Amino acid sequence: MTESAVKQFVNRNWQRLIVAVPYLWLLVFFLAPFAIILKISVADPVIAQPPFTPAFDETGRLQATWDNFTFLLTDKLYAITYLKSVTMAASATVLCLLIGFPMAYGIARASAGVRNLLLLLIILPFWISFLLRVYAWMGLMNNYGVINNFLIWLGVIDQPMQLMYRDFAIYVGLVYSYLPFMILPLYATLERMDLDLVDAAMDLGASPSVAFFDVTWPLARPGVVAGCLLVFIPAIGEYVIPYLLGGPEALLIGRVLFDEFFVNRDWPLASAVAIVLLLLLVVPIVLLQRSQARDTELAS
Amino acid sequence: MNGQAASNGDSASPDFIRIENLSKHFDDFVAVDSVSLSIARGELFSILGGSGCGKTTLLRMLAGFEVPTTGRIFIDGIDVTDLPPYERPVNMMFQSYAIFPHMTVESNIGYGLRKDRLPKSEIGSRVDQMLELVKLNDFRHRKPDQLSGGQRQRVALARALIKRPKVLLLDEPLAALDRKLREHTQFELMAIQDRLKITFIVVTHDQEEAMTLSTRIAVMEQGRFEQVGTPKQVYEYPCNRFVADFIGTINTFESRVVGCTDGVIEVESAEAGSHLHALTDKPIASGDSVSIALRPEKIFISQERPDAAEDTCLHGIVEDLGYFGNLSLYRIRLSTGKIVQVSAQNRRRSAERFLEWNDEVWISWQRQSAVVLTE
Repeated sequence: MTESAVKQFVNRNWQRLIVAVPYLWLLVFFLAPFAIILKISVADPVIAQPPFTPAFDETGRLQATWDNFTFLLTDKLYAITYLKSVTMAASATVLCLLIGFPMAYGIARASAGVRNLLLLLIILPFWISFLLRVYAWMGLMNNYGVINNFLIWLGVIDQPMQLMYRDFAIYVGLVYSYLPFMILPLYATLERMDLDLVDAAMDLGASPSVAFFDVTWPLARPGVVAGCLLVFIPAIGEYVIPYLLGGPEALLIGRVLFDEFFVNRDWPLASAVAIVLLLLLVVPIVLLQRSQARDTELAS
Repeated sequence: MNGQAASNGDSASPDFIRIENLSKHFDDFVAVDSVSLSIARGELFSILGGSGCGKTTLLRMLAGFEVPTTGRIFIDGIDVTDLPPYERPVNMMFQSYAIFPHMTVESNIGYGLRKDRLPKSEIGSRVDQMLELVKLNDFRHRKPDQLSGGQRQRVALARALIKRPKVLLLDEPLAALDRKLREHTQFELMAIQDRLKITFIVVTHDQEEAMTLSTRIAVMEQGRFEQVGTPKQVYEYPCNRFVADFIGTINTFESRVVGCTDGVIEVESAEAGSHLHALTDKPIASGDSVSIALRPEKIFISQERPDAAEDTCLHGIVEDLGYFGNLSLYRIRLSTGKIVQVSAQNRRRSAERFLEWNDEVWISWQRQSAVVLTE
């Protein structure tokens, strides 16, 4: 190919070339690792380096087994763990939505100067490492931590309350850490919304609460969906928060995954856990996207 | 909840809508400054003013979106000042149209009736009537983003009319439409208003729109009404310089009164370079400073000196001219340096020639065409 031919190719296909970059990224850093994990999940564990059987044996025959997946189904522990992870992530998501919606609404309706300040305050915690912030919560919530000491000093309680190492502490950690991910997409949709729409609903006979459910809520839906996914997905596989703030009995899927990989060195089973987790996440997301696509199709 | 439309037989009380000393302050800023107004049932009333004059704030107080700082609002004898928007017999058409983007044309129009929990069958038939009225039958299942600007405007109108409000408030109803459509829609609006007999209050910055639409106009500036009157009154007899300037074009001559007898005043104007006469019923004394104002179309222009003796007659040259087909606009420079705008129909007979730049001309007018402005 001559130089001018290359130039011509670039000129004709530059849009495709630009789009190719993210595709290539996803291929190398998502699809390929996923294929590896999928391969490991159908292998048998062995005591070797790496600790699983290769895809093909010496005679070149494919060796794959469903054993890991059937084990996940038969051992109740995994079902309970998945269920607990989903419930905790879902509850944390609902809490974030309940707290985040009024905050996003308030920021979107604040005057321009105040709005920027409030947004900055939402983003500010990201300047500090996530891990440090979770440690800080330990300092706040332990038996002789800031909160207990303050309440004892006030005379509200005379014995320290057990805040740490309970589900309560995990919820605090999850909501605190993921709230900005709820607020920011909500803010983006609410800020764009035409306030006249709410006025129009009220003008036509809707009380403020009715106008909210008729107009504000449906129009904020894309932001609600985005915010919920941004909270739910990382929360379900969260490892650090339950590990540091939760009790030993807080068996969540991230913890199990970690233990299978690093404690039991059962890579195939850990991979199977990861695959199932992915399915648990992907299936509802795909369904959600389908319903949204249908909505926009109806609109056009 | 919105009442039914005004019955026609009711005597036209001038106090159908009564606004008493209404003010709205935003911190230190006075948006509406102690305004009083009465509007009769069935009027098409315009509030005309530039941006920031307080007209939209006034409209939003009528709709119930803004709480007045002081003053009361009565509609059909009922004090609505403290009622929230959803309990007022008033509906509004927003400048942005504010059509719900997630609802079809049909459900947008029916929204108000659904909030009143009317039976489905009645909602259906009234939505049909409205679709008929605004000629959107074929678009009932469309979403707003599939409509043109004119169609969206009609959806907004139908949605605001369906509850048969006692008063319909329209915020710049035609501003978003292009010129051709605007003229057409203007007459459509008037026809609909005439048919439904609903009192319309229109807020606009467009004086032409206000002139053609309205039974009466309030000219608003800095939160106050400068003049309230029929389009003819406001145009022909502006009460002060602001109104005269705001509506149409006007020539003014700064003058000093030298004599006043039987409603005819004689003034001395350095700008005109001569004595001028005008009729007035205002109490004016010799020595007062006044402006003598003349609309461009009240001034005659000719190449020869007109012979009618009582006409005011001044000499000048054509400084500039604009040809608009049916009429021409001239800027005439008087010997004093004052520029006077004159418009004339192009009814030229073939023997006459067109006026050109730097032609010497005479301009003249009858004294009853002149308006005396004291402020």
